[in-house]
Amino acid sequence: MSTVTISTPPKLEMPVKHYLNDNYGIRSWLLTKDHKRIAILYLLTLTFFFFLGGVFAAMIRLQLLTPEGTLFQADTYNKLFTMHGVNMVFFFLVPSIPAVLGNFLVPLMVGAKDLALPKINLASWYIFIIGAAFALAALVSGGVDTGWTFYTPLSSGYLKTHVITLAVGVLIAGFASIFTGLNFIVTVHRMRAPGLTWGRLPLFIWSNYATSIIMVLGTPVLAITLILLALERGFHIGIFDPKLGGDPVLFQHMFWFYSHPAVYIMILPGMGVISEIVTCFSRKRVFGYSFVAFSSIAIAVFGFLVWAHHMFVAGISTYSALVFSLLSFAVAIPSAVKVFNWTATIYKGSVSFDTPMLYALGFIGLFTVGGLTGLFLAALGLDVHVHDTYFVIAHFHYVMVGGMVMAYLGGMHFWWPKLSGRLYPEGWAKLAALITFIGFNLTFFPQFILGYMGMPRRLAAYPPEFQVLNVLSTAGASILAVGFILPLIYFLWSMKYGEVAGPNPWRATGLEWQTSSPPPTHNFDHTPVVTREPYHYGEEDEEEVPVVP
Amino acid sequence: MQFKLPLFPQQASTVAGQVDALYLFLVLITTFFSLLIGLLILFFAIKYKRTPERRAEQIHGSTLLEIIWTVIPLGISMVIFVWGAAIYFHERRPPANALEVYGVGKQWMWKFEYTGGQREINSLHVPTGRPVKISMISQDVIHSLFFPSFRVKQDVLPNRYTDLWFEATQPGTYHLFCSQYCGTKHSGMIGEVVVMKPEDFEAWLGSGKVEGSMASNGEKYFQELGCITCHRPDSGARGPNLQGLYGRPVRLSDGRTVMADDNYIRESILNPNAKIVSGFQPIMPTFQGVVTSEEDMLQLIAYIKSLGEQSGQPLNNRTTPTMIRDNEVPNIQQEKKDNPQAPAGKKP
Repeated sequence: MSTVTISTPPKLEMPVKHYLNDNYGIRSWLLTKDHKRIAILYLLTLTFFFFLGGVFAAMIRLQLLTPEGTLFQADTYNKLFTMHGVNMVFFFLVPSIPAVLGNFLVPLMVGAKDLALPKINLASWYIFIIGAAFALAALVSGGVDTGWTFYTPLSSGYLKTHVITLAVGVLIAGFASIFTGLNFIVTVHRMRAPGLTWGRLPLFIWSNYATSIIMVLGTPVLAITLILLALERGFHIGIFDPKLGGDPVLFQHMFWFYSHPAVYIMILPGMGVISEIVTCFSRKRVFGYSFVAFSSIAIAVFGFLVWAHHMFVAGISTYSALVFSLLSFAVAIPSAVKVFNWTATIYKGSVSFDTPMLYALGFIGLFTVGGLTGLFLAALGLDVHVHDTYFVIAHFHYVMVGGMVMAYLGGMHFWWPKLSGRLYPEGWAKLAALITFIGFNLTFFPQFILGYMGMPRRLAAYPPEFQVLNVLSTAGASILAVGFILPLIYFLWSMKYGEVAGPNPWRATGLEWQTSSPPPTHNFDHTPVVTREPYHYGEEDEEEVPVVP
Repeated sequence: MQFKLPLFPQQASTVAGQVDALYLFLVLITTFFSLLIGLLILFFAIKYKRTPERRAEQIHGSTLLEIIWTVIPLGISMVIFVWGAAIYFHERRPPANALEVYGVGKQWMWKFEYTGGQREINSLHVPTGRPVKISMISQDVIHSLFFPSFRVKQDVLPNRYTDLWFEATQPGTYHLFCSQYCGTKHSGMIGEVVVMKPEDFEAWLGSGKVEGSMASNGEKYFQELGCITCHRPDSGARGPNLQGLYGRPVRLSDGRTVMADDNYIRESILNPNAKIVSGFQPIMPTFQGVVTSEEDMLQLIAYIKSLGEQSGQPLNNRTTPTMIRDNEVPNIQQEKKDNPQAPAGKKP
C-alpha cells in the first residue's frame, strides 16, 4: 500500500511593500503622482457619484409607481431626472472605466512605471473634484431642471434654477477627461515596454486609446457649447434663443456633436474590459484580434458623424436626416463585429464561470439587445414614433447599464485582486451578478413596451394605462439596487478579511499580472520585455489547469 | 391601480400600419440575433466548460468569418435603412389636398385653429379619410407634438413653422402628448385627438361659435396695422404686391430666390430687412413687439395666403429684369419642397 500525500499549495502572503503601504497620511494620497493611487481617489469619488445618481434613480422610480405622480411636485421630479442624468453621465459613466481601471491599468499593461504625465494625471482628479463641487453646489442650492441635455431656449431663457453653476461644473469636469485622454495617448505612444508592439497591445489598451481620441477631440466642443449657453443666459448674448436672434436647433447640433461620441466614450472602455475577461476565462486567444482592435477605432471615427440622429424630428432637412440615418447604421457594424468575435472566442475554449465571466456574459447579451434596439432609432420612419419616448430610455440603459455598468463591475471583480491584493468572496459575488442581471431586465425591458405604446420620457405623471409596466419597472429597480449595494459591502469586507490573492489569481496573461498584488509603487522591479502576442493562453509554459469543482 | 396591460398602441392612421410593419420586422431581427448570440454563448460555455482532460483549442481567427459577419449585418441594416427612409419621406411630404390646421405650443398647452376660425385648447378634432396637415409654431420653448396612435411627432420650434401630417382611419379618442421636455408642467401638456367620421366632423365644425375665419380676422388685423398703406397692388406702391404672392418664388435684391411660405412671410413681418425683394427699398419698419402673439401672426399669414388663392396676378408689381417667369415657378417650387432647409435659393 502506498500512502497518498496531499500537497497543499503554499499559503500566499501579501507583499511587504506595495503602493498602498508605501507611505501613509492624507498628504501622501492628496499629493500622490502614482497612477494607482490616483485611480483609487477616482474610485472613491465615482463610487460616491454612482450611488448619489442611484438615489435619484430610486426617487424617479418611486414617483412613477402611480400615474398621478403623488410623491414629488412636478418641479422636484424634473430636478430629479436632471440630476440623475447629469450625475450619471458626466460624473460617473464618462470617467468610470478610463479614470479608475484605465488609470490603474494602462501603465501596468504597457509595462511602464507610471503614465507619461503624472502631474497632469493628479491635476485631472483635482479638476474633476472642482467640477463636481460646482455640480453639488447647484444641487444643494435647489437643483436644476433643464434635463441633462440642457436644451435651449428652455435652459438659457426660461428656467429660474442654477443652470450656469451646473454647466460650469460639467465644463470643468470635461477638462479632467481631456487630461486623462491626453495622458493615455502619450503613454501608449511613448511608454510601451520593449517588444510591446502595437499588434501586441491588450485590447483594453486599444479601446482606451480609441476612447482617448474622442475625449481629446470631442470634449472641447462640449466646453464651447456650455460657455455659449452660459453667455446667453448670463449676458443675453443671442446664440440659441430666437428672442435674442439665435437658433435653438444650433444648440442641439453642438450638444450632440459631443454627446453622441460621448456614449462611445462610455461604452468603448467597457468593450475593452470584456475582451480581457472573455479570453482569460475561456483560456483562449481572442478571435480576430486585429478586427476587434480596429473596430474600436472605427467606432471612434464613425461616432463623430452620427450626431443628428438625435434630431430626426427636430426640424432638420429630410436629406440630412437621410445621411445621418445611413451613417448611424454604419456605426452599428463594428459593434456587431465585436460581439461575434467574443462569441467565437468562447468557442472551443475551456470556460469557467467566475464572477467576472458572469458579468462579461451578461454584458454580451444585454449589449446585443441594446445595440439592436439602436437600429429601431436609426430607422427614420420608426424613430419619428419612438423618439423621446421610454423606448429611447430603455435602449440607452441597455447599453449604458446593461453594457457599461456590467463591464465596469466585471472589470472591478477581475482586477480587484490586483487593486487590493485580496480576493472578494466568490459566492456572494456570483449572487450579486445574478441579482443585477435579473433586476436590470425587469427594470428596463418593460420600458421598451412603454415607449412603443407612446409614453413620452420625462413625465412626472402619466395616463393610467401605463401603470402596470411602470410598477414592474420600479420593482425591478429595487432588485437592481440590491445587486449594486452587495459588491460595495463585500469589496470593503474583503480588504481586511479576503483571501490573499497572489500576483496572478486568474493565471491571466497581461503584464499587469506579472507584478505583485498590490503592485509596488514603481510597478515593476525590472522592466518587462514582451516577446509574444497578447492572450497567449494555452502555450507550453502554462500550468496545468485546475478543475473548478 | 388598473390591471390593464396593453402591449401595443392603437393603430389609427394610414401610416401606423407601415410603421408597425417595420417595427415588427425589427423585433423579429432583434429576437433572432439576441437568441442567436445568447444561445451560442450558453451552448459554447456549457459544451466547453472547463474539464481536466481538455485544453482550449487556440484559434487565431478567420477572415472569411469576419467578412461574413460584417457583410450580412450591413446588408440587413441597409434594408432597414431604406425601409425607414421610405416611411420618413412619406411622412415628411403632406399631400396637397390636406385639411390645414394651425397649432401653437406654449407653456403648457396646445392651441389649435382651423382656417374657418374654430379654436380648441388641448383637444383636436379631425375627420377620417382625409389628410390633415398641422402647421405649428411655439410661443416660447421647444415642444413636440406627438400622436402615438398615428405614429407621428414633430418638434414645435419658436420662430419657425414646422409641420406634420397624418390621415386618421379609426374614429375614437386618442392621446396627444408633448414629447419634448418643456419645463414645470411638461407632463400636463397633454390632450386628446378626437377622430370623427367626415359628416360628424363637418357637423362639429359648424356647431361652435366662430368670430370669422382666420383669413378675415387676418384682413382686419392687416388693416389695423396699416400694412395696406404700402402693400398695394398698384405700380406706385412702396412695398411688394401681396396678391398671388403665397407659394411663389421671390427674387431678392441680392440675387437669391426664396419661396414665399409661412416662414418667409413671418420673417418679413418681424425682420423686414433680412430679405429685400428685388426692386424695393429696405424701408419697412419691424413689427417685432407689435405682432407678439403667434396666433395673431397666423391670422396675418392666413390672410396673405388667401390673397394668393384669389388672384393669378403677377407676383411683382414692378417690372424688373430679375422677375421670375411663370414657367420657372414649378421647378423652383419642387426644389424648395424637397429641401426646405437648403440655403435659400441659388444665385442666378
